[in-house]
Amino acid sequence: MIDFINVSKVYGNGVKALSNINIHIDKGEFVFIVGSSGAGKSTLIKLLLKEEDPTDGKIYLNDMDITKVKNRRIPYIRRNIGVVFQDFRLLKNKTVYENVAFAMEIIGSSSKEIRRQVPMMLSMVGLSNKAHSYPDQLSGGEQQRVSIARALVNRPTVLIADEPTGNLDPDTAWEIMRLLKEINRRGTTVLMATHARDIVNAMRRRVIALEKGRVVRDELKGVYDYEV
Amino acid sequence: MKFRLFKNIIKQGFVGMWRNRMMSLASIGSVMSVLIILGIILVIVLNINNLTGMAKEQFDEIQVYLEDGINEEQIENIGEKLRELDGVLAVIYQSKEQALEIFKKEWGDKAYLFEGLEKNPLPNSYIIQLKDIKYTEDVVNRINGLTGIEDIRYYKDIVEKMMAISNFVRAGGLAVISILILVSIFIISNTVKLTVAARRREISIMKYIGATNGYIRGPFILEGIFLGAIGSILAILIVSFGYKYLFLVVNERLYVLFTVYMIPYYEILDDIIIMFTAIGIGIGVLGSIISLRKFLRV
Repeated sequence: MIDFINVSKVYGNGVKALSNINIHIDKGEFVFIVGSSGAGKSTLIKLLLKEEDPTDGKIYLNDMDITKVKNRRIPYIRRNIGVVFQDFRLLKNKTVYENVAFAMEIIGSSSKEIRRQVPMMLSMVGLSNKAHSYPDQLSGGEQQRVSIARALVNRPTVLIADEPTGNLDPDTAWEIMRLLKEINRRGTTVLMATHARDIVNAMRRRVIALEKGRVVRDELKGVYDYEV
Repeated sequence: MKFRLFKNIIKQGFVGMWRNRMMSLASIGSVMSVLIILGIILVIVLNINNLTGMAKEQFDEIQVYLEDGINEEQIENIGEKLRELDGVLAVIYQSKEQALEIFKKEWGDKAYLFEGLEKNPLPNSYIIQLKDIKYTEDVVNRINGLTGIEDIRYYKDIVEKMMAISNFVRAGGLAVISILILVSIFIISNTVKLTVAARRREISIMKYIGATNGYIRGPFILEGIFLGAIGSILAILIVSFGYKYLFLVVNERLYVLFTVYMIPYYEILDDIIIMFTAIGIGIGVLGSIISLRKFLRV
């Protein structure tokens, strides 16, 4: 499904973000990526999204080598990946419904498909009754659920969540985690970068820990730290 | 699916233009001014070239006007001497009566104006055809030495002067136009940049969702094209109507005075439409591309 083989990334300014990373993720897995700031989590995600190219090594997504693809092909690779950010990144001048529909419009879905798919997604994240609200009128948790609906509306095989609970209070964070769990149960591979120790420890899923650009730990049913 | 995407792109293009109405107006205005100035220069250069061409047909001719007082024999004598000059191909005599006939013909339905003349004011003349223009000065100098000559008219100087003016206008015009085109590109790129800034967030989201570069760039390029195209349409209208008016007012008088024509407006209309549209849209596209280049990586 997702493979990092001997991947290294050195930025133009000489910063070594990742060195010799080997990760294999199967379809349907739920994986936490943990580590302090600067450990390389963001770089890992950027490589997968083709925002950056690796300096060394190979990256496979859905059995396709995405290490060296033409710029023109990048958008089509990204359509296999849904992304959720800490700061939601919703469009303020569009309603909840429009924000989700927008993701379908830009890849050229028909309005018939959009009318069928968007309400389905909103109902899955539990926001059917807020379809015509604007992001400003929603709580943080609700906004994050909109962004999850948007990330999934084009049916990607992988969902990448970059600190999705970072801006949320603990109760809301847990709502989001239950939603991600449910999405994972339905077959979407979930990759979540996080600092939230208690969530990682309670979920008991695979944990990949990065430190100074290296994988220092990769455990099934892992926890945030050894000490715990 | 392609069509739907295209429809979105067009809609966004208009939205972008409308969002910065003032800057859009400035952009359209700048494209329009450039093209109008280009039009004026074009009209001048084309007409000078046209005049030069017409004058060139009479280029290798020298017309020698004879004094009114001289008799047949003297006229004959001058004719003989002219035929003997180096570089002369042929010499044709044109009597004052013939000259008046030609003059009347050129004036067409206004020829009645000459009916009241008691005396024919036109002189007798010889028309000399040269073997080559390079003999002009030699021949003219020799003719100056003859007696009974009222005036000598030849076109070499005029042709050369007109060509010099034409070249000057063309070179000066090219420089002015180049600068103005750069200014227009700059103004359009700033206008489009405002739209880009307003949609920065949207663009970054679009990239993550997997919008193609073409889909992202399309509206901005289209916005530039709209601005350029509207500017060029306005310029085409102004220049072609302006020239048509000038043509109708000036052309007849010009002919009466100098026996030359302006280029008819319907002959240059096609060229102006094609040229202006291409330049206008080109400015628009370049302006957009410049403003997009920076941020469209990834």
